[in-house]
Amino acid sequence: MVSLEEVYHTAELAKIEITGEEAEKFSREFESILDYFNILDEVEEDVEPTFQVLPLRNVFRDDDPGECLSQDDALKNARHKEDGYFKGPRVVE
Amino acid sequence: MEIVEEHGCYDAVSGLIEKIEKSRLNAYITVCKEDALKLAEKYDRGELKGRLAGIPVAVKDNITTKGVKTTCASKMLSNYEPVFDAHVVERLKAEGAIIIGKTNMDEFAMGTTTETSYYGVVRNPHDLERVAGGSSGGSAAVIAADEAVLALGSDTGGSIRCPASFCGVYGLKPTYGLVSRYGLIPYANSLEQIGPMADSIEDLALLLEVIAGKDARDSTNAGREFRFVQERRKLRVGVIKEMGGNDDVLGRFDEVVGELSRIHEVGEVSMPSFRYALAAYYIIAMSEASSNLARYDGVRYGFALDKLDSWRRYFSKVRAEGFGEEVKRRIMLGSYALSAGYYGKYYLKAQKVRTLVINDFKKAFEKYDVLISPTMPALPFKIGELADPLTMYKADVNTVPVNLAGLPALNVPVGFIKGLPVGMQVIGRHFSENLLLNFGKEVSELLG
Repeated sequence: MVSLEEVYHTAELAKIEITGEEAEKFSREFESILDYFNILDEVEEDVEPTFQVLPLRNVFRDDDPGECLSQDDALKNARHKEDGYFKGPRVVE
Repeated sequence: MEIVEEHGCYDAVSGLIEKIEKSRLNAYITVCKEDALKLAEKYDRGELKGRLAGIPVAVKDNITTKGVKTTCASKMLSNYEPVFDAHVVERLKAEGAIIIGKTNMDEFAMGTTTETSYYGVVRNPHDLERVAGGSSGGSAAVIAADEAVLALGSDTGGSIRCPASFCGVYGLKPTYGLVSRYGLIPYANSLEQIGPMADSIEDLALLLEVIAGKDARDSTNAGREFRFVQERRKLRVGVIKEMGGNDDVLGRFDEVVGELSRIHEVGEVSMPSFRYALAAYYIIAMSEASSNLARYDGVRYGFALDKLDSWRRYFSKVRAEGFGEEVKRRIMLGSYALSAGYYGKYYLKAQKVRTLVINDFKKAFEKYDVLISPTMPALPFKIGELADPLTMYKADVNTVPVNLAGLPALNVPVGFIKGLPVGMQVIGRHFSENLLLNFGKEVSELLG
């Protein structure tokens, strides 16, 4: 059972504000979706997990500085900015 | 492209744009009218060169295009104008392609019907009351309705193959790593690939040749080129027992298998791990999504509120307003699956199932050259038919195992039932795109 409390806690972890109505709906839906996910409990065979399908190795290059975004470009899509900086919300409560 | 030879590229492109503006499909989010017409003029002056010179290409709206709005069909990015091109877009431009517009999709590519788009559903060209499939619904619809000659989609769990099947066009999900993901706005990095969509194998092959290849900016890029070479030989074809469909779909699929068995050696293959593949896929995709979409904080780009607040409140409010329901659902389920106490039960277990799926494919490919199944278990759904999320997730049952294993898979249109397209999925070993395309061509010739 996914309690309302758990839904609100998850929303807090995910940083998404939800309404009471949404919480009710998600609680019902998560119930059926997670119930379906429980099919994995049947799997008994223990194998190594695969996080990545390619045999990845570190890729190195010479430390040559290339071109980077201009300050204008970097700030172009920001709504709140000041003196060439992003202006963010208050971090200290 | 006969029309270009007859009337010139400018007339062809402006005719196409007129057609798109009148269209009822809702397949485009943005039409690049001015840029496209400028390039068409350039072509007519003989100044546009390359293997795609003068050809109108549609690009899914989760692939960044410099100076052209790239929305992911989300309110969160409804005003986002990238300052750089995706690697595949650089390659299109270098070959003289004309990017005609950005196609509609499920929000952040999360969906199977394009019904989660902030811009509304894409209609199926074969029946306007039905969906075009998803998440690359717009890209498939524009090919089927001749609103573009070529299109790019992206495939995380079937998002190219599903709409290709529903709209009756060719769509390829390439081997993981063949095509650079630089500039693809991420949803689930370990699963997704950009791929080509077209209405013939030759066109599909040409587009793949252009977009595949080395790019140092994607650390998962395999650095391999692709060249299409014609080949024909007798193949060992495995029909996957665990990938089925309803009577409509299977009726047609079985007829095609019958035709194939006259030329090739056809057998049946069982993949026991597929019983768990769908759950494993969704757990992994949602977990990766919860991490990827953490970047949308309303500060550097994307939807922002008028007034800054405390960080915690501002962040949560921006995301409440900027994301649609399905995106919130997946971020939250992903956060849940990764949260303390559940990591082993869901996420780690899902990655172990992924190993089992890979092993099943390995075993099958010892015996068979290609594996086939219906692409989708049902005909295109009516708009609004899939009422709850789990029902929608289950529609991906035949396409998701391929992404878990990073394999290439092609949708081949194999005819119509009740006036609606049926698609066959052809799966191959890693980097066997050439074999898949040749097989697809043979199937289409066989069915006339």
